Amino acid sequence: MPATSRYARDVAVVAFAQSDHRRSSDELSEVEMVMPVLHQVLARTGLKAGEIGFTCSGSSDYLAGRAFSFTMTLDGVGAWPPISESHVEMDGAWALYEAWVKIQTGEADTALVYSYGKSSPGSVRDVLTRQLDPYYLAPLWPDSVALAALQAQALIDGGETDEGALAAVGARSRASAADNPHAQLRGAVPQGDYQVRPLRTGDCPPIGDGAAAVILAAGDTARRLCERPAWITGIDHRIEAHGLGLRDLTDSPSTRIAAEHAGVFERPVDTAELHAPFSSQEVVLRKALRLGEDVVVNPSGGALAANPVMAAGLIRIGEAAARIHRGASDRAVAHATSGPCLQQNLVAVLEGEPA
Amino acid sequence: MTAAASPPEVLRAPLVVEFPFTRSLGPVQSAFLTGLRERVVLGVRTTEGTVMVPPVEYDPVTAEEIRELVEVGATGTVTTWAWNGAPRPNQPLATPFAWVLVRLDGADTAILHALDAAGPEAVHTGMRVRIRWAEERTGAITDIACFEPHDGPEAAQATAHDGQFADAVTGIVAEARLDYTYSPGRSQTAYINALAEHRTVGERCPSCHKVYVPPRGACPTCGVATTDQVEVGPAGTVTTYCIVNIKAKNLDIEVPYVYAHIALDGADLALHGRIGGIPYDQVRMGLRVEPVWTEGGRHPDHYRPTGEPDADYDAYKELI
Ligand SMILES: [Zn+2]
Repeated sequence: MPATSRYARDVAVVAFAQSDHRRSSDELSEVEMVMPVLHQVLARTGLKAGEIGFTCSGSSDYLAGRAFSFTMTLDGVGAWPPISESHVEMDGAWALYEAWVKIQTGEADTALVYSYGKSSPGSVRDVLTRQLDPYYLAPLWPDSVALAALQAQALIDGGETDEGALAAVGARSRASAADNPHAQLRGAVPQGDYQVRPLRTGDCPPIGDGAAAVILAAGDTARRLCERPAWITGIDHRIEAHGLGLRDLTDSPSTRIAAEHAGVFERPVDTAELHAPFSSQEVVLRKALRLGEDVVVNPSGGALAANPVMAAGLIRIGEAAARIHRGASDRAVAHATSGPCLQQNLVAVLEGEPA
Repeated sequence: MTAAASPPEVLRAPLVVEFPFTRSLGPVQSAFLTGLRERVVLGVRTTEGTVMVPPVEYDPVTAEEIRELVEVGATGTVTTWAWNGAPRPNQPLATPFAWVLVRLDGADTAILHALDAAGPEAVHTGMRVRIRWAEERTGAITDIACFEPHDGPEAAQATAHDGQFADAVTGIVAEARLDYTYSPGRSQTAYINALAEHRTVGERCPSCHKVYVPPRGACPTCGVATTDQVEVGPAGTVTTYCIVNIKAKNLDIEVPYVYAHIALDGADLALHGRIGGIPYDQVRMGLRVEPVWTEGGRHPDHYRPTGEPDADYDAYKELI
């Protein structure tokens, strides 16, 4: 176990699974989309659904257009007889945080965390405006691309990037995704026209449907379930002030504070899985996390290659953990975001034991 | 939609979600939005002395309650912008415009809105702009129609304001409409299509062999896909019920009426349905019922007694 543990219990990601992310999956209900992913992640540990100590999911009713939509997917985890279960109306990374806390309390030794989103039934750019301040912002319907574009222009004005550098972020992400069979956009993708200037199509995430699941386990249970557990040696999440006009959009102090509390800066990381749905947000996150050129950023392709809303952050943690499982990384940082312009940020450090 | 082609048997339909949330305003937001109606822009002074526009009620740094209102200018400076070449429905302008964050003269923070400009070449960070007021103002952020370019130096200072207006706005209605194309997926499509043929089709769990009606594609006990289709009913047994005494809006059913859980013959899960054809106070657990379809109906309108003897309690007690 890493000697630097700062928590009551040692908890690791022991398994990860995700769906193939696609532009549309309307032949599947949500539970039909999620269930194969749940079966895969359980199969990787040999655990049965009834053996899991705690289950936590993340999703959004606004994507589904239906109240309590998450209750439908509970059928896929075998929720009868009753299980210990919770749900966050957020990205699954925050469901993972809740599950991690549950294990820290000693109430559970294992947790199943899953999340999913189907953006295809609605117009996700418009749907996401409903998460904004209802007094000053939501009545203007500023869509998610527009808000990211304001941030991108602020970065360009500040001399921190330019349109060419942003295009290179998108191109690198999709080139990396060529090896990721789950990704929606892989290989060379045209940069395209302006969506909201200065962001072009290639700077924006694909719109798609998908799901992901992770299993957490504590201590010896983790060792039993996984050859090389990805120990969560630090995890924290922080939020920025509500109003966009109050913030310096070129920086992400909440990411930096979360990273400090998670211990990111104590020793070098070799891998970073960053939840940056827009190319410009990678610029902000690299600075906040002080990532050097030697760190492998988003070898999975990141959210620019597949961005199932509500699952893309959990996938970052899962991808970082999977690299540790297979020995491709020893110390990785995973980041998840929620809200406009990197409003909320979760940072986790994942470490594998020396071989 | 340009989505990939789906198997033709999967149902799809438009789904519209509309929600007019009624929201009350605290003293600060009330003063700000009432001020907009009167073409006055108010901010709030923070503990550190900076001026926030738009104002909030609690200092984002110290979390202290802040109530000291000040008036700022209707002119300001763009702090960042983004050119929106293809405005979306409901956005402030229907013609291409720039989204802008504007620091109004006298303020230290920026407000988000639209800027009416000739093109992206006519916009830059640092440019001077002024508010274009909406002709009809109601006390909402949309009372600012948009910003427009303005030649003039920064002048206004924040000046004290008591925030008092006649007939203050104390609430807003946050209207929203979202349009979806809903698809119920494979399992529920099969169920709905069968209903249109006056058949009720459930699905059996391959593991525990229970038959779920309506099927949702998964067995909640085993957490596996249910795939075998099983025709159940048409008759069933009332397992429990309630008497509804309040008339629902837009529902053309006389009260009181009975809403019941009905275990169709061969099903291991009771579904919901209205009971008709019998006085409401004679409905009972164990009553045998059958579906009634109205002409052209794609689902049973209600269930009525079959006239059979009541079912034994033991026959349905597991399904209550
Ligand atoms: Zn079963």
